[in-house]
Amino acid sequence: MEKFDKVHGVAAPMPLINIDTDMIIPKVHLKTIKRSGLGVVLFDEMRYHDHGGENEDFVLNKPAYRQTEILVAGDNFGCGSSREHAPWAIKDFGIKVVISTSFADIFFNNCFKNGILPIVVEEEHHAILMDDAHKGENARMTVHLEDQQITTSDGVVIEFDIDPHRKHCLLNGLDDIGQTMEKDHHIDKFENHASQARPWV
Amino acid sequence: MSPKTLYDKIWDAHVAHEADDGTCLLYIDRHLVHEVTSPQAFEGLRMAGRKVRAPEKTIAVPDHNVPTTPDRVNGIENPESRIQVEALDKNAKDFGIHYYPVHDVRQGIVHIVGPEQGWTLPGMTVVCGDSHTATHGAFGALAHGIGTSEVEHVLATQTLIQKKSKNMKVEITGKLQPGVTAKDITLAVIGETGTAGGTGYVIEYCGEAIRDLSMEGRMTVCNMAIEGGARAGLIAPDETTFEYVKGRPHAPKGAQWEAAMDWWKTLYTDEGAHFDKVITLRGEDIAPVVTWGTSPEDVLPITASVPNPEDFEGGKVDAARRSIEYMGLEAGQKLSEVEIDTVFIGSCTNGRIEDLRAAAEILKGKKVKDGMRAMVVPGSGLVRLQAEEEGLADIFKEAGFEWRLAGCSMCLAMNPDQLQPGERCAATSNRNFEGRQGRGGRTHLLSPAMAAAAAITGRLTDVRELM
Repeated sequence: MEKFDKVHGVAAPMPLINIDTDMIIPKVHLKTIKRSGLGVVLFDEMRYHDHGGENEDFVLNKPAYRQTEILVAGDNFGCGSSREHAPWAIKDFGIKVVISTSFADIFFNNCFKNGILPIVVEEEHHAILMDDAHKGENARMTVHLEDQQITTSDGVVIEFDIDPHRKHCLLNGLDDIGQTMEKDHHIDKFENHASQARPWV
Repeated sequence: MSPKTLYDKIWDAHVAHEADDGTCLLYIDRHLVHEVTSPQAFEGLRMAGRKVRAPEKTIAVPDHNVPTTPDRVNGIENPESRIQVEALDKNAKDFGIHYYPVHDVRQGIVHIVGPEQGWTLPGMTVVCGDSHTATHGAFGALAHGIGTSEVEHVLATQTLIQKKSKNMKVEITGKLQPGVTAKDITLAVIGETGTAGGTGYVIEYCGEAIRDLSMEGRMTVCNMAIEGGARAGLIAPDETTFEYVKGRPHAPKGAQWEAAMDWWKTLYTDEGAHFDKVITLRGEDIAPVVTWGTSPEDVLPITASVPNPEDFEGGKVDAARRSIEYMGLEAGQKLSEVEIDTVFIGSCTNGRIEDLRAAAEILKGKKVKDGMRAMVVPGSGLVRLQAEEEGLADIFKEAGFEWRLAGCSMCLAMNPDQLQPGERCAATSNRNFEGRQGRGGRTHLLSPAMAAAAAITGRLTDVRELM
């Protein structure tokens, strides 16, 4: 996985709450057997008209937000289905950071597996960041993972929390499976014990 | 020893390694796999030259994509769907995992097949690349959905990297009123907590109204724990559970059964154990409910009216306005006057035999209203067979329902079963999101009995009027 360091880029506002993974990527696009190429259908039903063609009112279609790298979204972002196609599409579009007041559990986990940084902030900070995101392409936000800081276009610094293990993995681009396989002896030991204690499993 | 919750006990029994910061490797007893969220995971294994660590604990079945019309015996017409199902056929064979292919009578929705075949047992950890894995919590198994990267992780290591969630108790006291079902309980709870109310928690459902439920009802309740944002839902196993499990093809037998029972009987929350959050509802207060909006938290009794967005607070004001517009409703409109054109009975929430019985009970001797499209999609081939043997299929067919083969079908509309823009569906499934059942389609979630009532009258209907 690519190492995650710092993002300095356009932040787009999506204040709607409960943006679910069906909105992020509708099921018609889940029939792929690949992970790549889904950026073009990110937010498909909001982004394109029923008859095709872009909906120019949708934030990511506006000229200022076509190069969005940071999404500032409403509460409970990513609820619903476990489809990892949601973060795959977000990543493929070019978005590297999603900021909200809360995320659905599975989506939150899926982000880290794909080098996307989901950041949870308090409501008052969220309001500041949402305002900043509304300013458009000239207002670039900076997200610094090492320092755990978001800096708005006018220099307001907001600190954020992140699980230290997850931070370490993102910063170093570490692959979970490889790391777990290094603990193989613990898994062997557990299996030996469990096969005695619960042989019916 | 300090008192433990049921979740604590199952968690503790499955930690293979704990790092200093509390990050754990949680051992997984059962891994369920379907065609949509697994191809990239198997591809990842192949590219890294890895194998499936515990194929004997891995069970695959195609369900999301498969057509449910009788002509599916001739093959799947949609090329992309066909490729996904063929990929699962191949992956199951290449990696030596248990498999129920499309033409197997045991095929069905993964969360219905697992319990039906006895793969799901009390005290287990169960995962699947599907958020409704929460269903299996009904057995007192710690069960939750995972993404495709985690599917690959479990295939390769039989573990998941996890941090422990907090404990939440949802107690439903007393008895349910006539016409009120497990679906109404689970929707009412989400109406109470909101869709993010359970974020960070594992819920244990308890109380007399939960104890009184059959295993099938308990599965309906746990199935939608995810819609409340929880990682998982749990119900402590009891005689109802043991009775259901006993004799299933993959349930333990003989001495192993006795040994398992000894452990299973210890799987309950100890007196005085700590819950970080407690919600209590009175069973008597729960009415038959429907959803009016595009989030499962948008729940109201069928006797209520569409709310006014201004009555909400914060971001919910705009969300409710958007929902009501999308749903083509008016604030103040009575829910029982909302006309529908489609009825869908099925899904991992309500596609089991008892659900079909409950719907058939209402439909017996009645007809679906003229011009309506109504379909029943049994949750598995075995549920379908049983319903045919019990005469339920005839009731549905005589009433004017389509009688389909097993699959996820119109719950997520990945197969040809979809709503057209503007069509309005009374659905026994679990999500009423925008476009969930087809682009522009409108979904009202409700119980199987309520869905049957709606099919007869052509509008959302209080089932108690037909009982």
